[in-house]
Amino acid sequence: MRIRRLLIANRGEIAARVIRTCARLGIESVLAASDADLDALPARLADRVVRLGPAPAAESYLDPAAVVRAAKAVEAGAVHPGYGFLSENPSLARACRDSGIVFVGPAPETLEAVGDKLRARSHALAAGLPVVPGGEAADLAGAQAVAAEVGYPLLVKAVGGGGGRGMKLVRSPDELPQTLDIAVSEAAAAFGDPRVYLERFVASGRHVEVQVLGDGARAVALGDRDCSVQRRYQKLFEEAPAPLLSERIRAEMAAAATTLATHLGYRGLGTVELLYDRERDTFHFLEMNARIQVEHPVTEMVTGIDLVAEQLAVAEGLALRMRQEDVALTGHAVECRINAEEWAHDFRPSPGRIERVVLPAGDGIRVDTHVQSGSVVPPYYDSLLAKLIVHGVDRADALARARAALDLLRIDGVPTTVPMHQALLADPEFAAGGVDTAFFERFLAIRRPDVVGVP
Amino acid sequence: MDLSPDDVRDVLRVLDSSGLDELHLELEHLTLTVRREGASAWTVEQQVLRRPAVEGGGEPAVHVENRAPRAAVPDGLVAVHPPLLGTFYRAPKPGAPPFVDVGDRVDEETVVGIVETMKMMTPVHAGVRGTVVEFRTDNGQFAATDAVLLLLEPA
Repeated sequence: MRIRRLLIANRGEIAARVIRTCARLGIESVLAASDADLDALPARLADRVVRLGPAPAAESYLDPAAVVRAAKAVEAGAVHPGYGFLSENPSLARACRDSGIVFVGPAPETLEAVGDKLRARSHALAAGLPVVPGGEAADLAGAQAVAAEVGYPLLVKAVGGGGGRGMKLVRSPDELPQTLDIAVSEAAAAFGDPRVYLERFVASGRHVEVQVLGDGARAVALGDRDCSVQRRYQKLFEEAPAPLLSERIRAEMAAAATTLATHLGYRGLGTVELLYDRERDTFHFLEMNARIQVEHPVTEMVTGIDLVAEQLAVAEGLALRMRQEDVALTGHAVECRINAEEWAHDFRPSPGRIERVVLPAGDGIRVDTHVQSGSVVPPYYDSLLAKLIVHGVDRADALARARAALDLLRIDGVPTTVPMHQALLADPEFAAGGVDTAFFERFLAIRRPDVVGVP
Repeated sequence: MDLSPDDVRDVLRVLDSSGLDELHLELEHLTLTVRREGASAWTVEQQVLRRPAVEGGGEPAVHVENRAPRAAVPDGLVAVHPPLLGTFYRAPKPGAPPFVDVGDRVDEETVVGIVETMKMMTPVHAGVRGTVVEFRTDNGQFAATDAVLLLLEPA
């Protein structure tokens, strides 16, 4: 079915991003906005705006019934869920299907298959992907049996967890009984699902992911990204391609990702998250994200592909418009997430009114944002204000251009993480490339602004 | 008419080949200022002026600024304010017992609640040693930084 009117059930920069592709493709964009976002930049950019509900996300962006109601009210042919909120929620996908509305994302069955970590892991195993050694533990005896195979240290992870939540480190056998008890009760309370599983702890891992696009029959890999610069499991900086990987590993990762997507009959845009073990020069499957991601622009910069346009095309039921050999990567792209946070005060969130926004511009520079001078940053949602994406001929060139672009970028009125990115881009270990997920905490310990006096 | 990033790039290409250092453009729904910042560097200030017509009712809402006067605090009591504006929770998670209740004794460091701001949780400390007298903000209610969360009687 051809999409002529698209309801965007999201906010912030991703809403503005999707609206941009709609305008280019001649699709009418209707933004479903909460009361806090009715006058935000995405609402001014969209062709139409429909009220979704009150400001708290639970009553608006997280309410599948409200989204379907809004889509029906404006007679939208499709719903784009963006990322976060309901983007991987099978009940929204199913409610859309039941109402004859196209859900821009995988089928509800696929969302269920990859949304549950244990099911995703078993699919990955069935598809022949390497997974981190480990397994489910129903009780202490089971946990001890798994631990005997994977060794210590190990991680106890909640099946319902994600984004670093519900994860506990066990250093030795005597810690296992108590940590298991706590993990099970916390998982039950936090996620409504007491199941946990055990996994080998990788001491020095890099977060590398492969962007895939599938049409249900065929899938292509659109290169890899490195997202290892993280704080409390929140990504701060991403780049494509992942630096300092051998061509063999890179090819194996791409093959693993497309194999899994094909095994799942995946239709949509997705990302296969992998853990690259720096000590062993191997990688393992972590999970699959069945949505567009914050970091998708770095892939767009190196492939020249509009991922939202391709996502809409496969949602319409079209076959993939590219073969694997058509995917050519050029240069290197990096992305700085600019958040409304004070890094000098332990990344304290800083909602408020933005006085002035001045953005760098030019070839190879892209800023995805939902703020302009006078915008209000509400306290209800995440702190992402803008993404600075820079494309260079190689990594060193991209980093140099990013430094220059950051110096020109001004978001006045609320504290932002721009100074943190300036410090990050000045760090020699980071500039060398290939840092692991523990890097940023080390960086903070040395470069903490109250220690070195960065404003 | 809105300008896409591609449109802005086209403008910059024209300017690059000209001797101009700045361009200010005003359209019905948009203002745009591009400024040369060096050899090949430019900055853009763009303002989309159009106010959206909202379907399904509702008015654009500004929830960030709250200039309501502080509620009166009775003599002899101390008010606890949120460290940041956000949603106030009295318990660590839904269904769990509250951090503190009326009649409980607290000291400076006692956590009396949490405030969720931009999906981040910040603990609220009592700030003084004393006894909890009354809650002025309900669980799950939004609170500006000058809101009174609870009242304490100092010991």
